Amino acid sequence: MITLSHYIVLGAVLFCIAVAGLFINRKNVIVLLMSIELMLLAVNMNFVAFSRFLGDVSGQVFVFFILTVAAAEAAIGLAILVLLFRNRSTINIADIDSMKG
Amino acid sequence: MGLSTSILLTIALAPLVGCVLAGFLGKFLGRAGSHSVTILGVAISCALSFYVLYQLTLGGAETYNQNIYTWFQIGHFNASVGFLVDRLTAMMLVVVSFVSLLVHVYTIGYMADDDGYKRFFSYISLFTFSMFMLVMSNNFMQLFFGWEAVGLVSYLLIGFWYKRPTAIFANLKAFLVNRVGDFGFLLGIAAVLYFLGTLDYATAFGSAPSLIGKTLQITAGTQWDAATVICICLFIGAMGKSAQVPLHVWLPDSMEGPTPISALIHAATMVTAGIFMVARMSPLFELSQSALSFVMVIGATTALFTGLIGIVQNDIKRVVAYSTLSQLGYMTVALGVSAYSGAVYHLMTHAFFKALLFLGAGSVIIAMHHEQDMRYMGGLRKYMPITWITMWIGSLALCGVPFFSGFYSKDAIIEAVGESHRWGSSYAYFCVMAGALVTGLYTFRQMYLTFHGKERFTVVAHHGHAHHDAHDDHHDDHGHHEPGVLEHAPKESPWVVTLPLVLLAIPSLLVGFFTVGPMLFGNWFGSAIHVDEANNVLAELGQEFHGSLAMALHGFTQLPFFLVLTAFAITTYIYLFNPAMADKIKSALKPLWTVLDRKYWVDNVYFAVFASGGVKLGRLFWKAGDTAVIDDTMVNGSVSLIHRIAATTRRLQSGYLYHYAFAMILGLILLLGGYWFFGSGPIGSGLVGQ
Repeated sequence: MITLSHYIVLGAVLFCIAVAGLFINRKNVIVLLMSIELMLLAVNMNFVAFSRFLGDVSGQVFVFFILTVAAAEAAIGLAILVLLFRNRSTINIADIDSMKG
Repeated sequence: MGLSTSILLTIALAPLVGCVLAGFLGKFLGRAGSHSVTILGVAISCALSFYVLYQLTLGGAETYNQNIYTWFQIGHFNASVGFLVDRLTAMMLVVVSFVSLLVHVYTIGYMADDDGYKRFFSYISLFTFSMFMLVMSNNFMQLFFGWEAVGLVSYLLIGFWYKRPTAIFANLKAFLVNRVGDFGFLLGIAAVLYFLGTLDYATAFGSAPSLIGKTLQITAGTQWDAATVICICLFIGAMGKSAQVPLHVWLPDSMEGPTPISALIHAATMVTAGIFMVARMSPLFELSQSALSFVMVIGATTALFTGLIGIVQNDIKRVVAYSTLSQLGYMTVALGVSAYSGAVYHLMTHAFFKALLFLGAGSVIIAMHHEQDMRYMGGLRKYMPITWITMWIGSLALCGVPFFSGFYSKDAIIEAVGESHRWGSSYAYFCVMAGALVTGLYTFRQMYLTFHGKERFTVVAHHGHAHHDAHDDHHDDHGHHEPGVLEHAPKESPWVVTLPLVLLAIPSLLVGFFTVGPMLFGNWFGSAIHVDEANNVLAELGQEFHGSLAMALHGFTQLPFFLVLTAFAITTYIYLFNPAMADKIKSALKPLWTVLDRKYWVDNVYFAVFASGGVKLGRLFWKAGDTAVIDDTMVNGSVSLIHRIAATTRRLQSGYLYHYAFAMILGLILLLGGYWFFGSGPIGSGLVGQ
């Protein structure tokens, strides 16, 4: 029997993978964007699971909104990425440190 | 018929109007216009002053005492502008306005070549106004106003030639030394207000006896008699203004100012303000024997020791300046023995003959083309007979030769001191007696060096074109030519200079003879001066007074006259018959001469202690206070602290995105963890509640 806990644990695992992707990845901005997407998916998983568990459909409605926003965000993020590459000829995270104090 | 307010207001304000016109509109009035309006203003005051004196003396007018205007009000304290005009005031008015008028006239001649001509007239009229406000005041507040105003004008006029460093130095010195005295004066006024609750003369003097027995705790454990404290504080003010030891150092230096100023302010009127003030405060001073003893000792010291310095001076004006100090000492001694009328009487006669001596010295200086050193004069009597004769009259009056006005006042002071039994009176008696000899020495020496003996200057025919340029520079820089070399022979000064000399010589000669009876012994001042029966030395002298003729004849047999005669003999021998003798005496008495020439090192001590102490204190505040605390610690310190903190924290700003993300996550975990373990409130309790 698959209970609520399985879904929540899956969401947590996805979230941790995303966080780890943010920290451990030092190469590439595309991986960062992917990690953020994954983070949102983990949140979506929680929304769907709780929605089903509580019998409240609004959680699933939220998921649609989040997917839409995530798509828009990915588009903007990739557009920025293209500009970044055009300007600096690299998407290596270790090279992007203009904010260093 | 009483005195009307409008007359008194006119007396005070006419010079002020002249001052404003000459000062602000001088450009439109021109030179002649400026001196005309100021002289007219002072002439009106002078005429009305004589009228007031006449009314009070012969016209039977009552003393005028009224408030005219409320200056300001604080709580129950009312500072008003008012006039108290009694015979003491009237006498001062006449002396001030008369001398001032003559000095105004004299200035036309003396300052003829000066660029600051209009400014000068504006200043001396302002001075006359201030002095009137001082002497006519009916309360301490207005007295203080006049007191400071004359001090200000004195400062402005000492530094009249403001491009001369010595003049700037002298006026700063005068201002600073007077601040010391004024501080005491202000404390005295504050003490009067504290103990008597009013600054009005009539009320304060009326309740003065209530001071008896009152004490004041200044230092822990000692009680000071209130009257003594008040009087000594007030007298410290007089010491500053009237240049008494040890605050006398500013007066000789004030000779940097133009000579008419030395005559008007630093001899005849302003410096006697202290004497006038103490005489005016006689109801207070009579309450304290200790304060009067203090006054007497200070005065006696001034009278003798500053006179001694006069003997070794070579600058003609400085001799007269030291003589002024010495004579002010005489007046102060008279105050100290409760002979207030004697002091004020000497003030009057001294104003005439000392103004005469200064103006005469000025006339000599004009003739010598602004050479003031007596070593380069001599034999001037045949060039300038009017100056010569009038100055001899002034000198004989100064020495106290019988029948001259100075004799009556000075002899009365010496006698009064001899009569007094106050503590310190024997010291004072010695000082004033020895002072008579000293007066003779420096006065006759000055006269001989200037007017008699061989000419110690040479006249060189000048090259015509250089003359005008050189003449214009004289005031600003009169040391540019060879000492003792003149471009043309000295000649008598113009009539605007000699007329005041003659007009001053008349009272110097006669005023004593005609006024000594009533003014000194006849209780002429009435209620203006209050003397306790037990202290009244002048009344005791008055019993032996049988008219001014008898007094003068008696004077020929007294010690002071013999001392003057001795001085005359000594100086005549040295300077007329044996000029080399002066140098011989000088080298024989080298140590004494050095002491006098260095003026007892008082100036040096002041420079070493107060001036350099002040500079050191200032440097300390500058270095420790301003630079170290404010600049380095507070202003730059906070900057460098922030700089250091920032230098550390900026290392956190790595610029790597994953560092920031890590910090965010870490922060989130800590926040949630905090709520989880310690939390209360909506989120924490909600989490715990699940």
